[in-house]
Amino acid sequence: MIIATLAFYLFAALTVASAFMVISAKNPVHAVLFLILAFFNSAALFVLLGAEFLAMILIVVYVGAVAVLFLFVVMMLDINFAELRQGFLQYLPIGGLIGIILLIELILVVSGWVLTPDALQLAAQNAPIIPGATNTEQLGQVIYTQYAYLFQISGMILLVAMIGAIVLTHRQRPGVKKQVIADQVYRRPEDAMAIRKVEPGQGV
Amino acid sequence: MADFWDIYALPTIIIVGYILAIVLPLLVAVAYLTLYERKVMALMQLRKGPNVVGPFGLLQPLADGAKLFFKETVVPSGANKVLFLLAPMMTFILSLIAWAVIPFDDDMVLSNINVGALYLFAISSLGVYGIIVAGWASNSRYPFLGALRSAAQMVSYEVSIGFVIVTVLLCAGTLNLSGIVLSQKGDLGMFSWWFVPLFPMFIIFFISILAETNRHPFDLPEAEAELVAGYQTEYSSMAFALFFLGEYANMILMSAICTILFLGGWLPPADWAIFTWIPGVVWFGIKIAILLFVFIWVRATLPRYRYDQLMRLGWKVFLPFSLLWVVLTAGFLVYFDKIPA
Repeated sequence: MIIATLAFYLFAALTVASAFMVISAKNPVHAVLFLILAFFNSAALFVLLGAEFLAMILIVVYVGAVAVLFLFVVMMLDINFAELRQGFLQYLPIGGLIGIILLIELILVVSGWVLTPDALQLAAQNAPIIPGATNTEQLGQVIYTQYAYLFQISGMILLVAMIGAIVLTHRQRPGVKKQVIADQVYRRPEDAMAIRKVEPGQGV
Repeated sequence: MADFWDIYALPTIIIVGYILAIVLPLLVAVAYLTLYERKVMALMQLRKGPNVVGPFGLLQPLADGAKLFFKETVVPSGANKVLFLLAPMMTFILSLIAWAVIPFDDDMVLSNINVGALYLFAISSLGVYGIIVAGWASNSRYPFLGALRSAAQMVSYEVSIGFVIVTVLLCAGTLNLSGIVLSQKGDLGMFSWWFVPLFPMFIIFFISILAETNRHPFDLPEAEAELVAGYQTEYSSMAFALFFLGEYANMILMSAICTILFLGGWLPPADWAIFTWIPGVVWFGIKIAILLFVFIWVRATLPRYRYDQLMRLGWKVFLPFSLLWVVLTAGFLVYFDKIPA
């Protein structure tokens, strides 16, 4: 047990430390790499909790896809952080306010667990634990069977957001030459070639 | 104290032993895969291949390794030193840790976790970091272009790999890799493996793993003709060797995943006595060797894809098709009530 506890403190400390480095690193690429380290450590915390499915999904989605795109963009843009820092004091009140609101919310949730332990059980009643089933089956039961409609609705919301993003950024550019594979496949020798008999001294 | 020994120390020693038992043969396999590739390509091109060092050139990989080991490691002055040296290590380590969940035979697996397939998918999706970090840390144009290309390429093909894995999981009903192999056990021998009912997915998976391992005809990150070896341009000595080893270990790993998902893992092709005498590890190895042969065959045969063709194939052909096939498979399983319990 003691090793599991030590492992928890190790991963938790690393998560907090790398999260701090994300916001304090001078080089944006380093910041993204520290973000990846933070993701990894939180995945390790999930494994310690016995939530291996969530741990793997965290790595696949956040490290494998989201962070790659982050890194991609950050590497291509030559961001000057010194310039960004200039407005730091100007935005400090708003940023601090958001931070305080988040802190209050966290305190409310955590104190709720301590003050009314019944509330936790109430929440657990809606998603009862199936004995002997794996992580994946449990989540599948809850998300795809019990709350299937809510899941569909959230999918629809994401679809709308996706279409919105495409509509906002997509523009038709006239006059761009594009490869049309079908045209190339359907092209026949007769359409592309003409065989002429050229008499000497006359040209085509 | 005795408690500590029984619970922690002894299992740690045993696990380290298992790890050595997996990694050492794997490294030997990687070394001889390079020889295999050169020999097979040579035979396809009517040459002889390496035949000077040792009998039939058998010591050639060792000579190559020794040569790389004694070269000087050059770090470009403009490079980000830590990341520049970290990138090849990442590639190499990622290609090794995935083997932790690969079942070589019934019960012959280091860690038989319930989410094995997801673990493999997660590890293979991390492979891009070694390349992209190498390209950026080199602080040089060609490596950077190679890294950007490869990031786009690997992210694109991972999507269709994910859908292919989903179809297999739907049919197998488990994320456990041993479970996936055992679900292919049937009366028909090799014809009850998943590559028969899911044949189009098998083809898509194979082509996608060619792209995922940056092999021909999708080796655009290296593309020596246009990018002078892409992300590897600035690397020399052991740093280059780690990339090289990682790339070839990844080839073997991807072949192993393909074998587990579609070719019945350690199962013999038929239940005849003469086949069942041969241990499962050997069958597993034979199947991987066959897939690796196809990797090399493709390399010797096909010209490189153009970048826009590569993206078109990934996003406009494979993605819609594999998505459709997921829906069809799920519909079939539900309609005929064949969902595995």
